[in-house]
Amino acid sequence: MTETDRLIEENIPRLRRYARTLVWERGRADDLVQDTLERAWGRFHLWRRGSDLRVWLFAIMHNIHANNVRTNCETPALQSLDEDELDIPMRATQEDGLLVRDIQAALDCLPSAQREVLLLVGLEEMRYEEVAKVLNVPVGTVMSRLSRGREHLRQIMAGKSIPELRVVK
Amino acid sequence: MSNPTRTLNESDLQAYTDGQLDARRLAEVEAWLADHQDDAERVASYRQQSAALHALFDPVLNEPIPQRLARPERRQWRMAPQLRYAAVAAWLVIGSTLGWFLRGAQESRPPITLAQQAIIAHAVYTPEVRHPVEVGADQEAHLTAWLSKRLGAPLKVPHLGATGFELVGGRLLPGTSGPAAQFMYQDARGQRLTLYVRNDSGGGHETAFRYARENNISVFYWIDGPFGYALSGDLEKSALLRVAQLVYQQLNP
Repeated sequence: MTETDRLIEENIPRLRRYARTLVWERGRADDLVQDTLERAWGRFHLWRRGSDLRVWLFAIMHNIHANNVRTNCETPALQSLDEDELDIPMRATQEDGLLVRDIQAALDCLPSAQREVLLLVGLEEMRYEEVAKVLNVPVGTVMSRLSRGREHLRQIMAGKSIPELRVVK
Repeated sequence: MSNPTRTLNESDLQAYTDGQLDARRLAEVEAWLADHQDDAERVASYRQQSAALHALFDPVLNEPIPQRLARPERRQWRMAPQLRYAAVAAWLVIGSTLGWFLRGAQESRPPITLAQQAIIAHAVYTPEVRHPVEVGADQEAHLTAWLSKRLGAPLKVPHLGATGFELVGGRLLPGTSGPAAQFMYQDARGQRLTLYVRNDSGGGHETAFRYARENNISVFYWIDGPFGYALSGDLEKSALLRVAQLVYQQLNP
């Protein structure tokens, strides 16, 4: 295995995890990972050695996903209803706590622009500057989306805004 | 500016939640939260969200990675231009030292040109998606007869199914001193190996396996009977050796 193989392969589990947050269904999420890896291979010479490979890979995935669903990130006030979110997802949840099931349903109700930031920060634990690079937006935008997304999620989960797509418990 | 009783900056509250706050602001935010229960509850709630996200999605990290994601370049051959370029560069570099290298190496070593030609042929043809071979494995009898005739001695085509590699087919190539043949194999993941064969009856004796590696392509090469063989692939040395040994056994039952 070459160094390049190893560098990229190290990131595959995280790419799959993030893809699953973007596209619930496993096969289609892996399609997204596969597209990402193929594009990364094709453009690996464009990656600046020494820069964060994970950020570069996530940015590729974000772009591919954005093209796939044609999400309009400029209108986060509207609930996004692209096909991915209608393809509701219910994976085995018997061992999931109440909060986990709640958040799964609540995530679907977030505008995708807020959801992405929330996941990159809360799940991927990226620094805000890294999230800004992945999404190609200013850090200030990351912060405002994060703030609104978290509050939105908190309101939903507190029951103040019952989502129509709420999972039957 | 640093008065903790002033209103809390929203970004600071987020950064505090995520542990991304610089040390100077940390104490100020903590002091603020001690006095502001509602903001402290928001932080706790946001941290719960992150914990729930981990609980929900972290299991994906432990799932086995599907084969189709394992090494995508083997399937699509997106490395092809780089490999080809690298192979040509390797040819130039190694070629310049070749004369010197060969001076004392005639007796029991297969010539390194064998490895070099095999590497170049491997780099050129394995990326082919539509035309990896001239004659496919479905016409194996014809392939064997044709290449035997062109190389001037009866060839055998090894079957490497035991190592997971199946014959794709073969093609005729120009060698430095006459025709050469390339057989291509592929495993379930799309990874390809090539067996390069040329007529080396001029040298005419058996040699040990020799190993070379250039630009991520490993080669085991040897001379056996009238033919020089070189097995190339982007495999670890030990894995490739296992296949090479199988090739040798198949050719010398």
